[in-house]
Amino acid sequence: MRYSALSLLGNAFSKNKNWKPAWRNPDPKPNYDVIIIGGGGHGLATAYYLSKVFGVRNVAVLEKGYLGSGNIGRNTTIIRSNYLLEGNNPFYEFSMKLWEGLEQDFNFNAMVSQRGVINLFHSDAQRDAYTRRGNAMRLHGVDAELLNRDQLREKLPFLDYENARFPIMGGLMQARGGTVRHDAVAWGFARGADQNGVDIIQNCEVTGIDRDGDQITGVQTTRGAITCNKLAMAVAGSSSHVAKMVDMRLPIESHALQAFVSEGLKPFIDTVVTFGAGHFYVSQSDKGGLVFGGDIEGYNSYAQRGNLACVEHVAEAGMAMIPALSRVRILRSWGGIMDMSMDGSPIMDRTHLANLYFNGGWCYGGFKATPASGYCFAHLLATDTPHETATAFRMDRFARGYLLDEKGVGAQANLH
Amino acid sequence: MSSLVKCPHCGLRPREEFTIRGEVATPRPSAGADEATWFDHVYLRDNPRGEHREYWHHSSGCRRWLVLTRNTLTHETSDVVDASTLKTEGAQ
Ligand SMILES: Cc1cc2nc3c(=O)[nH]c(=O)nc-3n(C[C@H](O)[C@H](O)[C@H](O)COP(=O)(O)OP(=O)(O)OC[C@H]3O[C@@H](n4cnc5c(N)ncnc54)[C@H](O)[C@@H]3O)c2cc1C
Ligand SMILES: [Zn+2]
Repeated sequence: MRYSALSLLGNAFSKNKNWKPAWRNPDPKPNYDVIIIGGGGHGLATAYYLSKVFGVRNVAVLEKGYLGSGNIGRNTTIIRSNYLLEGNNPFYEFSMKLWEGLEQDFNFNAMVSQRGVINLFHSDAQRDAYTRRGNAMRLHGVDAELLNRDQLREKLPFLDYENARFPIMGGLMQARGGTVRHDAVAWGFARGADQNGVDIIQNCEVTGIDRDGDQITGVQTTRGAITCNKLAMAVAGSSSHVAKMVDMRLPIESHALQAFVSEGLKPFIDTVVTFGAGHFYVSQSDKGGLVFGGDIEGYNSYAQRGNLACVEHVAEAGMAMIPALSRVRILRSWGGIMDMSMDGSPIMDRTHLANLYFNGGWCYGGFKATPASGYCFAHLLATDTPHETATAFRMDRFARGYLLDEKGVGAQANLH
Repeated sequence: MSSLVKCPHCGLRPREEFTIRGEVATPRPSAGADEATWFDHVYLRDNPRGEHREYWHHSSGCRRWLVLTRNTLTHETSDVVDASTLKTEGAQ
């Protein structure tokens, strides 16, 4: 059923008793043209665009937990396309354009809110770096605006501008950036893919990959063996673990990242702000809770939880940026597993096996990429060539020396 | 992960005193090693779910490099030794 004002009204009259589940809950078939491992945002978006744009409909998404149990339901919902590098920027801008039309496209309210993203700067050098980034964005046709301290004060009067260690001098703003309700993104893509005939199979963990020479023949799962013509990995933090099933070692480490939400407050912060000096960023959800986080914990982890040292660190950095936060109570915190690549950028490519495709290495920034990642991965799966905006995300770029290192910190995963 | 790490020199210390370098990889290749060996050393990781050997630096303590054996799924540390106790036979 298409959701519309009319369907809302009709169902209200029948006391909302006639709503149908948004997607089926099928048993796995014995064979699929394409199997996607991982029912996170990227796996579901891939299935959606495969079935919608590329006409490949005999597709299954295998998810080991429930839909939305991974990073897609754990992130802090920020979208932006404020990238510096040539290989990154057009891809993230493609994603931003898809976000802008997504809700109409998949007929689901994902609460896309272009409330702006502001990165604060605290020194002349940092201002110069942000100016350069802003210029690079504008050269790519992306909106960017450098705000001085007075312009910023009007928007965000509650920041600690005179902070002794990190005075705030201004910020780089992308007005089209913002937030999207993350689990609605998973649900919207799942529903759309399901309507096109894709089987979304939950509680189905892939435990082994079958092959014949350099050809994948199928997968072993907790719900039995399934064969396929093409196999696509989109398992984010579990990338290395699943890749090991085909003896693949990746330029990826798995790290823990936490996020936090406060008690509900009256409207306070109407944009997304990142503290360029410490590890802190914050926005306010429509329910009123402040949603915030910091940096990864720094150690390899598959635990989906973090450590108190980081809680303290994030709270300190938050207080340094917004002293008023001292009176806010934290309601919940949680963690996810980040697939940190060695240059901080993603990998989307074919592999050493003929019909195995890899999508991962999204680090802590893959939510914003969800629609474009799905579109481009579907393009790769259907045509065996990369989408024009994703040609830099090659697996062999590390060996060839074509890194995409936005931060310029080198092969040290916990510094990206 | 516990908030305390047991340094073999300083005893139980807060995690904030340490800097984490990461996986104890293959030994550093010699300068003349081929590109494939260097690529493997610099970029590829085992990244296991389970037991993991990793370098930690007690940067705000004794400033010694340590090797922790830690479970990446449970965060339990089973062993900590001074890094100098590792064999350092250089690869070719
Ligand atoms: C706290 C936090 C904050 C973040 N904030 C932001 C942000 O503000 N903006 C942003 O752009 N990004 C952010 N991110 C990053 C973003 O969430 C991820 O990069 C992105 O969600 C990863 O892609 P995904 O949605 O496909 O991953 P996931 O949702 O993790 O999907 C992978 C799925 O694979 C499944 N899986 C794993 N192994 C198997 C197996 N063997 N068989 C079957 N299924 C398997 C998992 O269960 C999981 O559901 C954040 C992440 C975290 C944790
Ligand atoms: Zn010590």
